[in-house]
Amino acid sequence: MRRIYFDHSATTPVHPLVAREMDHFLTGDNFGNPSSMHYFGRIALNALDEAREKVARAIGASTGEIIFTSSGTESDNMAIHGAAYTNRRRGNHIITSAVEHHAVLHTVRALESHGFDVTILPVDRYGMVDINDVEAAITDKTILISVMHANNEVGTIMPIAEIGRLAQERRITFHVDAVQSFGKIPVNVDDLGVNLLSLAGHKFYGPKGVGMLYVRKGTPWKQTMLYGGAQEHMRRAGTENIPAIVGFGKAVELAVEKIDEESKRLITLRDRMIKEVLDRFPHVELTGHPNLRLPNHVSFVFRYIEGESMLLSLDMRGIAVSSGSACTSGSLEPSHVLLSMGYPHEVAHGSLRLTLGKDNTEEDVEYFLDVMEPIVTRLRAMSPLMRNSDANIPAE
Amino acid sequence: MYSEKVMDHFNNPRNVGEIQDCSGVGEVGNPVCGDIMKIFIQVEDNIIKDIKFKTFGCGAAIATSSMVTEMAKGKTIEEALKITKQSVADKLDGLPPQKMHCSNLAADALHKAIEDYQNSQEKK
Ligand SMILES: Cc1ncc(COP(=O)(O)O)c(C=O)c1O
Repeated sequence: MRRIYFDHSATTPVHPLVAREMDHFLTGDNFGNPSSMHYFGRIALNALDEAREKVARAIGASTGEIIFTSSGTESDNMAIHGAAYTNRRRGNHIITSAVEHHAVLHTVRALESHGFDVTILPVDRYGMVDINDVEAAITDKTILISVMHANNEVGTIMPIAEIGRLAQERRITFHVDAVQSFGKIPVNVDDLGVNLLSLAGHKFYGPKGVGMLYVRKGTPWKQTMLYGGAQEHMRRAGTENIPAIVGFGKAVELAVEKIDEESKRLITLRDRMIKEVLDRFPHVELTGHPNLRLPNHVSFVFRYIEGESMLLSLDMRGIAVSSGSACTSGSLEPSHVLLSMGYPHEVAHGSLRLTLGKDNTEEDVEYFLDVMEPIVTRLRAMSPLMRNSDANIPAE
Repeated sequence: MYSEKVMDHFNNPRNVGEIQDCSGVGEVGNPVCGDIMKIFIQVEDNIIKDIKFKTFGCGAAIATSSMVTEMAKGKTIEEALKITKQSVADKLDGLPPQKMHCSNLAADALHKAIEDYQNSQEKK
């Protein structure tokens, strides 16, 4: 069966050149511990340094500001927890947004139960934070602002540079989760004005289980979560995962190399898909911002259909997508992102996300459109929410 | 995560539709939780002659609706009342645990349809 992968926000395939470099560090003499002084250790340390340089160069940082971690989740946890406790004497107020990934939201919630005050900023119907709301939320106790660069469910790109300027003016530590944006839109730590920034390798054709936390020099931040050895300049204990870090470095290099060209190509595909879906199917809405959205991100709500049933039907035809419906999230609630954007529960249950990637083509989009048509018809015909008047067909 | 039986009933659901002038209708669920099922029955001589459903929901919701209609069709009211959530799930070779509660409502919809039929009989 023809297989099309439209779920690149969940994860991406490992780029063959990344796999090749990683393989090199799983074989032969390249197994050393970078903390060892001998020959084997030095090979590993060299590889670690090289990867660090690639990452620093890509985001406009210096090598001393790059910490390798085990995931985007770990980077978010370490960034927020560390900044909160390091600044504890200056204040206890943390600001974040309602549409953050759970790696941020749940960390902030945990801090709240340990005596921190938390403001969760609302978003508009596009999932966008308003800079005026950020400003209004700041108090003399505010020590940390954490807002994501681009949202993983609806693709909306936040006004990070503006928030960064504001945070700098007020001398508030600013963390940005750039897990979804890196490799798709420019991520430069100075342009964005961030103190802390999280990345995850598997979202841009690198391996899973490796992430990065950028910590700007001079930021009041210490690691507060993981105690042990002196690795990563005493900021992240544990022997480094060299093959994964090497893969991460290579993936970073490849991601920035062709970013302009690839983004343009993806935007063309994205906009064609959005236009065709909205033209062909009634009762469908684009979710997220129409223009300020990730180049590869397509997301909708289909009224009168539940998301999992669309996902399963597409999967049976070889097309992999995702949905924020309750059934697919493993909880009873649909996506907190769509609910924060003002969608009622029954509409949020009909969400469908298609995130494009480097191997997707025009033909893939055409194939999807052809396959989707009978699926929508079939599921809506089965839906008790669909009235005949909605279907524009004469009542029996 | 779903059994082959579930996928079969999801993909080729039996008895989809509505019955005009039916003997009873049962509706369960709500849009908030993301599953709504409506079951229509046609009863003659105490036997469920015809049964149809309409469902908004996930794979498990559609498959259990389909299965319950298959199990109830041709049964007497008394036999149909013995169909439970568990027996529907068993017939489908099981459901993932998180689906047992939220999406396995079809037996309830059937019982409500029967209740609706019985209430209308009493009024006659
Ligand atoms: C915005 C965002 N932050 C954090 C994460 C977590 O990254 P990881 O899966 O590497 O822990 C994800 C991935 O799902 C994400 O989309």
